[in-house]
Amino acid sequence: MITYLEAIREAQSEALEKDPRVYIYGQDIGNFGGAFKATKNLAHRFPGRVLDSPISEDAMMGSAIGAAMQGMRPIVEMQFADFSTVGFNQIVNQAATLFWRSGVSCPITVRLPSGGTPGSGPFHSQSLEALYAHYPGLILLTPATVEDAYSMLLEAVAIDDPVIFCEHKYLYYHLKAESLPKEALPVGKARISRAGRDATVVTYSAMVHEALAAADELAAEGWEIEVIDLRSIKPLDTDTVLASVARTGRVLAVGEAWPWGGVTAEVLARVSTEGFNLLDAPPMRLNSKDTPVPFHPNLWGTHRPTARTISLALRELLRA
Amino acid sequence: MKGMLPLSEAPHAAGRTSDFSETYRRAYRWMLLARVAEEKIASLYRGGKITGGVFVGRGQEAISVATGIALRDGDIFAPLIRDQAGRLAFGESLLDFTLTYLGARSGPMRGRDGNVHRGRPREGLLPMISHLGAMGSVVNGMLLAHRFQGKKHTVGAVSLGDGATSTGAFHEFINQAAVENLPLVLVITNNQFAYSTPTSRQFVCADLVDKAIGYGVRGHSVDGTDLAACLETIGGAVQTAREGGGPQFVVATSLRLSGHGEHDDSHYIPPQLRETHLGRDCLSVAEEHIRSQKWADATTIEAWHRDSHTQVEEAVAHSLREAAPDPAREDWCALSSRHLQEGPEIHPPLKY
Ligand SMILES: Cc1ncc(C[n+]2csc(CCOP(=O)(O)OP(=O)(O)O)c2C)c(N)n1
Repeated sequence: MITYLEAIREAQSEALEKDPRVYIYGQDIGNFGGAFKATKNLAHRFPGRVLDSPISEDAMMGSAIGAAMQGMRPIVEMQFADFSTVGFNQIVNQAATLFWRSGVSCPITVRLPSGGTPGSGPFHSQSLEALYAHYPGLILLTPATVEDAYSMLLEAVAIDDPVIFCEHKYLYYHLKAESLPKEALPVGKARISRAGRDATVVTYSAMVHEALAAADELAAEGWEIEVIDLRSIKPLDTDTVLASVARTGRVLAVGEAWPWGGVTAEVLARVSTEGFNLLDAPPMRLNSKDTPVPFHPNLWGTHRPTARTISLALRELLRA
Repeated sequence: MKGMLPLSEAPHAAGRTSDFSETYRRAYRWMLLARVAEEKIASLYRGGKITGGVFVGRGQEAISVATGIALRDGDIFAPLIRDQAGRLAFGESLLDFTLTYLGARSGPMRGRDGNVHRGRPREGLLPMISHLGAMGSVVNGMLLAHRFQGKKHTVGAVSLGDGATSTGAFHEFINQAAVENLPLVLVITNNQFAYSTPTSRQFVCADLVDKAIGYGVRGHSVDGTDLAACLETIGGAVQTAREGGGPQFVVATSLRLSGHGEHDDSHYIPPQLRETHLGRDCLSVAEEHIRSQKWADATTIEAWHRDSHTQVEEAVAHSLREAAPDPAREDWCALSSRHLQEGPEIHPPLKY
């Protein structure tokens, strides 16, 4: 069995192995192996290529951009997605504009350990995909499975543009697979994680598993719920979403991130503008509450969508 | 990209030898060309011919040229808004300057960015983003890449103003360069003002160069109005970095002899300051020095002036004939992986 976290480590190991242009840069990632051990043993196996950085997110990003301009393929590990905002300027103004302004591409991969876990609180729990997706020039990946964590990270390193790789901390140890995949869907393609004809749930990252559990629950009552795992937030696979809504006539978009703007809003904007007449009921969405992410598990469990709240929303959608 | 206009490769200032007078003359000519070029663009701006802002380096050409001239092929230069002289000495063509200011599609930024926000990263000249302090760590990364790739003895120079030393990015990149012992040369021009803000509202240390100690890097101070001193100090700092001496922290003092941009009359700069040593115009000081040292006679200097004007007039005339960008031919793609761009297939463009 291999965990989601091990898949991330394995992908990095393979990237380092295959491509001499790859190096990894981040806090405590060298001999220590990283806060989550995503780079365990890599510094030892690849001497000089897994480098501890100072606590300088701006300079971490800036230097990765510079190295990429000179032909390297840096992977930057943010210790937590939340701290990437200190390097925000470099990501959105330097990396994201470089190709468009100068014609020189910027192949960097920024790993953001994202999302909530019990007890992590306001500053170690954030899901920032919408923030980054807002900027042109960035690619946003949100793997929900062990297989995708592996294959999408390898693909991220191969892509010639800046990729923000949102890996979910809750899935690190919880999610296991038999083995690593030999082939994968390309970036930009969503996956139908579960087929159904009564309603479509469009979601990504850890929420895919909550949605699947909700679909299980409703299946016991005879409802067939289709669950779409977006896999990549940007580009967003609108075709797969619209094709599904054409089959079901009902859509619920679910995200762990905050509600204002964001991925669920974007999905529903596309469904309503491009597929309005496919809808048999008003589209719905479910996000976390519009507050910082709470520390206490009791509060946290209610702050974010869960299988229970998703199935409640689905029942409402199915009644509409 | 060294030496595309009209002067050939310039060795860095090794000392006051006969080579030195040659370097000095070359540096002076780049300064002169930069001054003439910027005055022309400023004049076009006043005539309403320029879209967007115009920012000039009047009064700090000596510092800038000393940086550009000390660099060579394979080096990196991250200039800022007052670095026309250094850009030319590093090898940027005058056409890149005029085409970008005049918004021509054939310029290096193709109308997507303008004025001082231009460069050719493949040739080591970084196109600055506006956010002050942000270019330093990019240069660090390029130098780090050189290390990975086994490219030896390259140097990266970063230009900054006194105001930019107050940014967090400044702190992060100089510290990062020190930790990695990179051949980074930071050239800070303390021209006494950041837009309208005097240095007293920017920092309270006695001397900016003292900050070098805190970062564990070597500090240098230089009179930015004195071209010879700039060539020696900045040239020396570049050489030290090239030889493995780690990051170099140069603070050059001068006075901004212009508005922040051409839109700004700089009424907030006390006129008395202009009368001090700081307010000396480095270009006339340099020209006077050449005369007094008899490194060139009056006729030669006169010819240099004429030559600069001719080059600028030709570059402007050429650039004015170039086509502007055409929105219908613009590809509106922010990614080099074109298949991953969100685009018209997804959001059909509105019909006007
Ligand atoms: C991070 C950031 N904040 C504000 C600005 C707006 N701005 C542009 S130039 C400038 C003053 C810069 O002063 P200084 O660094 O001393 O350089 P100088 O203009 O004197 O050459 C300001 C405030 C900016 N470009 N970047």
